[in-house]
Amino acid sequence: MSTVADSAWLIPVPTLAAFLLIALGARRSPAASGWLTVGAVFISFVLSLNVLYETLAGVRIEHAYAWLPVPGIPANLQAALSLGFQVDPLTATMLVVVSSVSLLVQLYSVGYMHGDRGYARFFASMALFTTAMLGVVLGNNFLAIYIAWELVGLCSYLLIGHWHERPEAAAAAKKAFLVTRLGDFGFLLGILLLFVETGTLEVSVITQMAVGGQLRDPVLTVGVLLVFCGAVGKSAQFPLHVWLPDAMEGPTPVSALIHAATMVAAGVYLMARTFPILEHSPAALTVVAVIGGGTAFFAATMGLISRDIKRVLAYSTMSQLGYMMLAIGVGAMSAGMFHLFNHAFFKALLFLGAGSVIHLVGTNDMFEMGGLRHRRPVAFLTMTVAALSLAGLFPLSGFWSKDEILVAVATTQHLGDVGRTLLYLLALATVFLTAFYMFRAIYLIYGGRYRGHAPDHPEPWTMTVPLLVLLVPTIVSGFWGSPLLGNAFATFMEGHAAPTAFRLDIALVSTGIALAGIYLAWMMYGGGKTESGAYATKQLRPLYTLLDNRYYVDHLYNWIAGRLVLGIAWLAARFDSLVVDGAVNGIGAAVVGLGSELRRVQTGQVQTYAWALFAGAITLAAVAALPLILGARR
Amino acid sequence: MPDALPPIYPITLQHGLVLGAALFAIGMAGALSKRNAITVLMAIEVMLNGVIVTFVAFARHAPTADLTGQVFAIFIMTVAAAEAAVGLAIVIAVYRVRRTVQVDAADTLRG
Repeated sequence: MSTVADSAWLIPVPTLAAFLLIALGARRSPAASGWLTVGAVFISFVLSLNVLYETLAGVRIEHAYAWLPVPGIPANLQAALSLGFQVDPLTATMLVVVSSVSLLVQLYSVGYMHGDRGYARFFASMALFTTAMLGVVLGNNFLAIYIAWELVGLCSYLLIGHWHERPEAAAAAKKAFLVTRLGDFGFLLGILLLFVETGTLEVSVITQMAVGGQLRDPVLTVGVLLVFCGAVGKSAQFPLHVWLPDAMEGPTPVSALIHAATMVAAGVYLMARTFPILEHSPAALTVVAVIGGGTAFFAATMGLISRDIKRVLAYSTMSQLGYMMLAIGVGAMSAGMFHLFNHAFFKALLFLGAGSVIHLVGTNDMFEMGGLRHRRPVAFLTMTVAALSLAGLFPLSGFWSKDEILVAVATTQHLGDVGRTLLYLLALATVFLTAFYMFRAIYLIYGGRYRGHAPDHPEPWTMTVPLLVLLVPTIVSGFWGSPLLGNAFATFMEGHAAPTAFRLDIALVSTGIALAGIYLAWMMYGGGKTESGAYATKQLRPLYTLLDNRYYVDHLYNWIAGRLVLGIAWLAARFDSLVVDGAVNGIGAAVVGLGSELRRVQTGQVQTYAWALFAGAITLAAVAALPLILGARR
Repeated sequence: MPDALPPIYPITLQHGLVLGAALFAIGMAGALSKRNAITVLMAIEVMLNGVIVTFVAFARHAPTADLTGQVFAIFIMTVAAAEAAVGLAIVIAVYRVRRTVQVDAADTLRG
């Protein structure tokens, strides 16, 4: 039976074609570039929906094609150097997430980026990004994933630095690229280690070997943790989180698509993809859980004090990605993926809503906003719903997935009692912080009166429609995994009846905590007040300074870069200038010196030359005659 | 009654070779030590003559009748004449430029 899923490799093709067409000439017409990209993503989206539909009906596919056949290398290596794709619940879900959010964000960008000098370039990069991201989720082996993975990183770099005339944007782009590359280096080492050990790059084969016990510790743990390094970089988990807040220098749609909904989720996806391997290593699971839970809390605290709406959302993204990692680390892969699925929609909505008000007032500073509910009622309504979802309130999507994660943490078998309790409390604290910082932002932006001076102007329909469309999944996507539908998402993802059950007590506790966070935000910032925030800042000055400096992690990295790296660079430079250059220059100088001495031999006196000639001739004659003389004596 | 004639000493190969070597050495000493270009050319002629004597001596004492050495002597004389002509032409050319025929004065190629 021929299915759409059989041809799933076609899904990234329209967007790739759009990228090439824009690069090859469509860029002359900005409008054509924009609509071309939107159309291409729409085709990918329709195909993805079909694939998801077939996957729900039970289709599972994996195809591999020999790539780069090289004569003369062993057959097992030939098999390893293949590229292929698979279609399974994980891939199908991600395909729909990526293509749907891409579609809406690119539609939004048509309005948001209107009149930008780099309009066509922007859409070319967005199309390439969508291609690469679809490639990441389709790839069935580490080689394919890695190629697409790096391409995603490249697009992220291009798009963060879209306004490259601004030094901050250029610096942020470089920072993002370098920091994620650092993680990718670990990822590559992990791939190589697993390849050396198993002789294959196919994730499914490595999984079978892990299940069958051929792949053992310590290689298993080390390999998986190295792969996790890549995920830490891409998903902005501690300690490689420093690039994500700065990445907000890019245009807001980029933040929505790449740095909230899809690319940063690639790290979580990778861990979910390798989860069947990961779960055989308790040590690696613990590391993932601790880094995830730690980042969830750590990032949320930094979100408390930021004045920049996009940075608040960036910290929130890091925090929510930490939740997903935590879920995977405690063995609840489907809970993590479920949160990824829901988060993609409501976080994209939050970013697009933020973009809508930034487009209106021309600043990211929430303290210069206020009262915007009258000017942007759609953004106000949709962002509030999304914020409620993010805070985890019934019956919005965030409620179901966050609760599933909390239940998974509370009941996990993978951690000791102490670790479980600590992570659970950390997760609950994060719920409180999340609710607080989100509603602080909502009150500051929409409450009270407008504190700025920007004139009102109408919004293009392309920016309003995506907000309304995203509102739908923000409200309903959670039901897929809710107990009302028998936890269908987890069943679909895991391939068997879902282990995580709904717990009313935990749901009530987390809802209560979230409401407390919202209440505190209302007390401090409700109605557009800003004084309580200033008062709290004054009272908690040391804490504020610590958070404002992002726990000094950037300072530490700068110090390391400044002292250690530059020190090594200085040593290398000295070695180069003294030893390497010294050798080269020394040889040169020796030849010059020898030449200046030997030139004295060339006297110009013809008789001297004649002397040398005869002396040589006589010497040769003597040498020739010597055996004769000696022979005569004997 | 005349006195008994002194015994006839045949001229052997060695005589020829020693004479040739002596001429060559004398010519060489002159060529290397004299500063006047014309003297140097004359010394070179002497060296060539030493070579001719050697050739003739070998030809004279060859076990079979062989004229190669004699023919070579003729050739060398021809070449020597040509060489003298070229050499003198060079000397004249140098003289025109340098107003001297001292060989050590022509040292333009000194390094």
